[in-house]
Amino acid sequence: MSESTHPRRATRSAVARRGYGWLFVVPALAAYLLFVIYPLILGIQYSLYKWNGVGASEFVGLKNYLRVFSDPDLLASIGNAFVLIAFFTIIPVSAGLFLATLIRSIKPGPFSSASQAILFLPQIIPLAAAGIAWSWMYAQTGAVNQLLRAVGLDAITRPWLGDFQTALPAVGLIGSWVLTGLCTVLFLTGISKIDGSLYEAVRLDGAGWFREFFTITIPGLRQEIAVLTTITIIAALSSFDIIYTTTLGGPGRSTLVPGISIYRIGFTQSDVGLASAFGIVLMILVLVCVLPIQRLSKESER
Amino acid sequence: MIVNRSEAIIGRVVLIVVLVLTLIPLLNMISAALQPADENPVGLSWPTDPQWGNFAEAFQTGHVVELMSSSALIVIGVVPLSLLFGTLAGYALGNLRIPGGRFLLIFLVLGLTIPFEALIIPLYYEMQGFGLLNTQWAVILPLIGLYMPFSVVWMRAHFVNVPRELSEAARVDGATTLQEFRRIQLPLAVPPLSALAILLFLWTWNQFLLPVVLISDPLKRTVAGSLTYFQGQYSSSIPLLNAGALIIIAPAIVVFLIFQRQFIKALLQGAVKG
Repeated sequence: MSESTHPRRATRSAVARRGYGWLFVVPALAAYLLFVIYPLILGIQYSLYKWNGVGASEFVGLKNYLRVFSDPDLLASIGNAFVLIAFFTIIPVSAGLFLATLIRSIKPGPFSSASQAILFLPQIIPLAAAGIAWSWMYAQTGAVNQLLRAVGLDAITRPWLGDFQTALPAVGLIGSWVLTGLCTVLFLTGISKIDGSLYEAVRLDGAGWFREFFTITIPGLRQEIAVLTTITIIAALSSFDIIYTTTLGGPGRSTLVPGISIYRIGFTQSDVGLASAFGIVLMILVLVCVLPIQRLSKESER
Repeated sequence: MIVNRSEAIIGRVVLIVVLVLTLIPLLNMISAALQPADENPVGLSWPTDPQWGNFAEAFQTGHVVELMSSSALIVIGVVPLSLLFGTLAGYALGNLRIPGGRFLLIFLVLGLTIPFEALIIPLYYEMQGFGLLNTQWAVILPLIGLYMPFSVVWMRAHFVNVPRELSEAARVDGATTLQEFRRIQLPLAVPPLSALAILLFLWTWNQFLLPVVLISDPLKRTVAGSLTYFQGQYSSSIPLLNAGALIIIAPAIVVFLIFQRQFIKALLQGAVKG
């Protein structure tokens, strides 16, 4: 209203107000620049040098990046990170989808809210604690082997985290344990948004559980699927806490992941340049995996 | 809703199986923690003579009081400032629509996907340069920056949906931007703010990488970061390790159980609006 009566003054004050609005952004922007963007630039700079963190540094161009892609240990850790996507993303998201459809019929009440709380518990405890809990589950005398013996599978009992063949899947399943609950609860919320009459229509059409699942539930949950796939892929590629408290990358390099490699190279072997280069590579890897999902989910909205 | 009887039963059975699978590792910790401290426990079983004293011993030898206060200090350093900065910027981007705001938003969103591992090496030398290594500041300051993209994007999503008529009305009444922000916008922002506070609390409390790398004294870390210290100290006693770890994770679980409603409600609210 004021704009029509005092056009010029209002415009000027609106501009001033909007410019003044930048003051509101300054603290957030300063924190972001100082502790995200500046270290990022610093990391790019380090990645071009050979430096042990203390002495003189030597410019080596892109050599550190070439080493990232030729060192068998580092290649193995990238490979392992992609294997972990199966356990951190594919298992939790698909299990979450099936669970959510199966339990959507359960009426709200103490049982359903208690189950939500329990499903959320792995999200509440630190990943490092999940690592400690599961190292004990997987130990030679632990619950997993105890269960196998009880059903007569003595032959396959072993220290699961100490075995070259089983260590990576064992660590991966810890991730599945942590993330499945989150996926289930988020999908349940998503399903509650889907118009119930859609389900009734497809049922009256004589559709079974499968057709209902693929024609109504999955399309209705596109947004949630995109969000959860993104979150869990980032969790898989940048896993650190669980591996650190269970295997530290061993045995051999069977559970080595980029986070652990960066930590080891940077702080144990003091090769700051190589560790920084690997950090940049990891960041790009995450972006390359995550951006297409974002784009796909945006396109399917149209 | 049309649901078959058999489906409802299958749903319940599957749910119970999943709940048991979720709880077993935690129950297994309790069962280990109650075994005699000097023996190697065997599997999941209720001990004949539960050693509740293990918790007392782990509490004392694990310096739990020191650990908890250090974690609390870090949380107090990170969460309020992150909330304040995030809200101010979210308001500027969502409501004031400042010039260049779109660009700024994209700039921040890019930061959402940067894994902390990619920044940890330069952060170490940055903190060394500031002379802050081995102090809680070395974790507090970077975390405020690292959580900023999420905090701003989260709060902006709220402010974008507040009807603009509200701001216009306040301005017609002669309120300054600051007054409008404090008297009108902040009270409306309490639900998303409290949800954000819970998330930031959990992420800080459970933060592992930064404290492990930037603070060499485990007693100055977050509780999550101090778990490696427990692992070292109790490497020969699985019962004490589990007792210690349980004490360490208990406060977060208690906070969750108290705020569980708000937490899940915040998620559901998004569902209702959508």
